[in-house]
Amino acid sequence: MIIFSIFREVLRRPLGAVSLAVLVALYAAAVFADFFAPYATNEQDLDRTYHPPTALFFQDGGLQVQAYELVDPTEAKYEKIVGQGYPIHFFGKGFEYRFLGLFKTQRHLFTIQEDAGRVYLLGSDSTGRDVFSRLIFGSRVSLFIGLLGITITTTLGFLVGGLSGYFGGRMDFVAMRLVEFMMAMPGLYLLLALRSALAPHFASDQMFFVIILILSLIGWAGTARVLRGMTLSLRQNQYVMAAESMGQSPVVILRKHILPNLVSYLLVAATLSIPGYILGEAALSFLGLGIQEPSASWGLMLSQAQDVKVFYLNFWWLLTPGFAIFVTVIAYNVLGDVLRDVVDPKMKTR
Amino acid sequence: MSAFIFRRLLSLIPLLLGITMLVFILMSLAPGDFLTPVKAQRDVPAELIQAIEIEFGLDRPWYVQYWKWLGNVAQGNLGHSWAYKLPVVDLIGQRLWATFLLSVSAFVFAWGIAIPLGVLAAVYKDSIFDRIASALAYAALSIPEFFLALLFVFVAAQTGWFPLGGATSIEYDYLNWFGKIGDRAYHLILPTLALGIGSVASIMRIMRANFLDTMRAEYVTTARAKGLSEFAVIFKHTLRNAINPLVSSFGFAFSGLLSGALMVEIVLQYPGIGQLMYQSILREDQFVVLASVMMGCSMLVLGNLLADILLAWSDPRIRLEKKK
Repeated sequence: MIIFSIFREVLRRPLGAVSLAVLVALYAAAVFADFFAPYATNEQDLDRTYHPPTALFFQDGGLQVQAYELVDPTEAKYEKIVGQGYPIHFFGKGFEYRFLGLFKTQRHLFTIQEDAGRVYLLGSDSTGRDVFSRLIFGSRVSLFIGLLGITITTTLGFLVGGLSGYFGGRMDFVAMRLVEFMMAMPGLYLLLALRSALAPHFASDQMFFVIILILSLIGWAGTARVLRGMTLSLRQNQYVMAAESMGQSPVVILRKHILPNLVSYLLVAATLSIPGYILGEAALSFLGLGIQEPSASWGLMLSQAQDVKVFYLNFWWLLTPGFAIFVTVIAYNVLGDVLRDVVDPKMKTR
Repeated sequence: MSAFIFRRLLSLIPLLLGITMLVFILMSLAPGDFLTPVKAQRDVPAELIQAIEIEFGLDRPWYVQYWKWLGNVAQGNLGHSWAYKLPVVDLIGQRLWATFLLSVSAFVFAWGIAIPLGVLAAVYKDSIFDRIASALAYAALSIPEFFLALLFVFVAAQTGWFPLGGATSIEYDYLNWFGKIGDRAYHLILPTLALGIGSVASIMRIMRANFLDTMRAEYVTTARAKGLSEFAVIFKHTLRNAINPLVSSFGFAFSGLLSGALMVEIVLQYPGIGQLMYQSILREDQFVVLASVMMGCSMLVLGNLLADILLAWSDPRIRLEKKK
């Protein structure tokens, strides 16, 4: 299989291996979010709002969490209680969840005693929720919207582009005018207009799918145009003519003779456009038009960081979702570039 | 050339028709209309509401409304904004100017920095400078504009060096002509940086790649062989050819800026057309949404047109072909 040989070649290059490792780690954290996160998405603690990241130290042969006391509630100022800490339990018990939806368990990677205080690796937000836990749970939305979205657009783009490239004629004309129309509109404007039309027809917990739908509706045009061009040139090949003369149906020809030739291009283009979906979701949620509270997504978490209080009192840890987006996007971009080098050094995808 | 420009402007008409129709359909799908909040206001007389409903045909299906709206637009009446209590034309005018200023300044910033950087990176290929520049470009490309804007707000709030939002200060109207320009520029710094840094990176990368491609061309070798100075080789023979593909991406870059400007305007509270569009969508201020989408698309098409004209100007091959 061509995919496996491409994969092996990517792993052989240092940049490819690193970016792939980062992505695998991110997706693993998203899939096993319940296990890695010490607290549930909405576990509030109104006594510990805007808590800074807790320090860790070694004592009594184990890792301990620094204890803090609230000095000034109006400015959310916390001070360390010197020498006091709570031991971290690895694989300890916390909130109950279903592991991969299979069986119930209470085990988490790390917890501390419930009455002792809380461990905030990345601080807490305005209602005392653990930013680290929310970051991990939010990655589910942010990361999988990219994968699902690209699957839909690529399929749609291949159908429209492949069919209109193969058949040409009137259908091609109509499809391409439609594509040009879609591409002539500024993306975010269309995003906002679509969202305002579609959202009221769905419940707020279906927002995830609405966003995927909107992003895919916008994204298919570019893919369709490129694939049409490639199909147009591929169908001149003798093996396509041979298949035609043997009486194979267009669908079979598209699937068996044209699609395999597009796979490597699709792979690269998909990798390079996934960041667009992640950013699109983040932007929508950031504007308050995407994923709604109490769910978590990176964009939604960032919108909380827009508070004046955050700016003036320097609650920098609320900006960490932005860095998470940044790391994800850069990993995809690097991986995409490495893939492009592997597949075809001369190929231009943008 | 003028026939060409005319044809392009003509193609704007079906595009705008299609887009406004799409927005009309989308907005009619959303429950309620822009009069719903107005009806709740006690100070608006019922006769006025009825008059407006009849004027814009609000009690009819969307295609009748669209037709009515088109008729009004043809007479230069873009409707009335309820949220701002202003004719849309006045509102859009101010905002359009602000967004245009922002886009242009981000554009100048991006191209002014990216092209020299790209040329330097290509000339000193594989040097430390090249490597650092490439790495930074990668980072800049991957950082979302609104996050960058958020970071800037953070810095501005912590240091107090830059204004937090707005396009002008409160005392703007009392400043003299020179002070006004300075004030505008001061408020433009952060939005320009937030919007421009991503473009710097992408343009720099394209420029570097183009330049390296062109340096391999035979006419460059010829220029060197006939003893031209390195300066002339780089600036006269390579740069002018390497820059052509970039000029054609001008319109595309402009559209990217326009879309990006929306997020930057919202985060940095810069009163541009993107921010207006966002707020109007939230308030179902239909005519403002329609007008701002129209303006956004027109700016895009005009940007593309400008790119084609510039390309003809910078590349004699295209210019001469047209003359034949």
